[in-house]
Amino acid sequence: MSFLGYRRQNGSVGARNYIGIISTVGCANDVTWWVSQQVKGSTLFIHGQGCAQTQPDLDIVTRTLISLGWNPNLAGVLVVSLGCESVSADKIAEGIAESGKPVEKIVIQKVGGVTAAVAQGSLLAQAMAVEASKIEREEFPDSELVLGVKCGASDTTSGLLSNPATGVACDLVIDNGGTCIFGETTEFMGAEHILTRRAATPQVANRIMDIVARMERRATAMGFDMRGGQPTTGNIAGGLTTIEEKSLGAIAKGGTKPIKEVYEYGERPQGRGLFIVDTPGREPEFLTALGAAGAQVIIFTTGLGAPQGFPFVPVIKVTGNPITYERLPEHLDVFVELTEEAGAGIAQAGKALYQEALAVASGKQTRAETIGYGNFPNIFTIGPVI
Amino acid sequence: MKQKAVVLNFRDNVATSLANLKVGDTLELEVGGEPRTIKLTTDIPFGHKFSLSRIEPNSPVIKYGEVIGIATAIIKPGDYVHIHNVVSTRGRGDLSGGVK
Repeated sequence: MSFLGYRRQNGSVGARNYIGIISTVGCANDVTWWVSQQVKGSTLFIHGQGCAQTQPDLDIVTRTLISLGWNPNLAGVLVVSLGCESVSADKIAEGIAESGKPVEKIVIQKVGGVTAAVAQGSLLAQAMAVEASKIEREEFPDSELVLGVKCGASDTTSGLLSNPATGVACDLVIDNGGTCIFGETTEFMGAEHILTRRAATPQVANRIMDIVARMERRATAMGFDMRGGQPTTGNIAGGLTTIEEKSLGAIAKGGTKPIKEVYEYGERPQGRGLFIVDTPGREPEFLTALGAAGAQVIIFTTGLGAPQGFPFVPVIKVTGNPITYERLPEHLDVFVELTEEAGAGIAQAGKALYQEALAVASGKQTRAETIGYGNFPNIFTIGPVI
Repeated sequence: MKQKAVVLNFRDNVATSLANLKVGDTLELEVGGEPRTIKLTTDIPFGHKFSLSRIEPNSPVIKYGEVIGIATAIIKPGDYVHIHNVVSTRGRGDLSGGVK
């Protein structure tokens, strides 16, 4: 099978063809927003990080912004900097430029302030958008597909239906030579012994145990039962009692194939196959991690009906909850129905989801894209604001 | 007839409802190939769990064939199983005391 994508200079393939307007720091967000409003064919990434943080967090922010710039759904990038922030806008712009795509940079404090930055930034981005519009979609084999998978606003139907169906789609991606990325380390707790059996090497198994232990230490360090935060109040209302129950349902969406490597937040997986990115499962941070990992398309399962998309990666929303599907049609793309032969039904639904991923990679709009929801992502950091 | 509840693994001691079930409803389920009749002792909302057997306090609650938590009270067949009678063993900073 194949899909229609955009060829990039470094050999990667885009499912979308945007100019990315990327903010380096919370204080550059407004300019980033205004520039994106002035440029048809652009998308934006704004966030609350990038300054007054310790070095480990500044490193995470820097590598995440560089990796987002590398995402093949972006044809070119404008980096928007305030000028006095802790992260280096030069380093970020240079890091993105190594992908081979055109990169421009605007520094608000250097060009004479906000209004001048909006004007100059818009002109730079408009020129890139015109150039990008000349790139045409070409046919690529489905081995070029890079799929991210995630669950959010889960209920018990997520573990019964939508996550297993997504797991089937994930397996199909791997069988066809493509790449699939999952994560949500918090939601490995209680299920890590199942994941480690699928680790490609003992080192990968150890890494899985390590990232779960690290995430659990961060949670327990606060001195509270993490319930209410994980599982969330909504998860509990949806029937999920403990993090163990949530995890056992959540890991189904990563399918059954060998896990080749575990990456840190903001890193870009190398090669093809099934990978884990270490990140908590909260949407604004995890969708960013998938975008940074190079996902062209994301499958997002939900029981209660999360509306989120991501600014430049189409997010296919899937539910197994018939009440949610009826109540929130604009939040959802695909319904996985419970059939008498549950196993066969899930296999069928997984195949349909794979086809949907290829269709969306080829240009079909998702609901989240159509309603334009998902403009406020974030970057996961581990230390204090100082 | 549409399935009203599902048992996911032969080791499980809880089932998941697939409809809003009412107190007194009687369900014919299959657990590890054996038929079992469960009469509900309370309403069970869609997607929530009820017990298939007697679970003692501090005993594991099992779904997907795996431990999902520990019972905090005696749970009888047909009882609602949720946060009022099950606790997690993970992420329990309240027990470990946290880091000052």
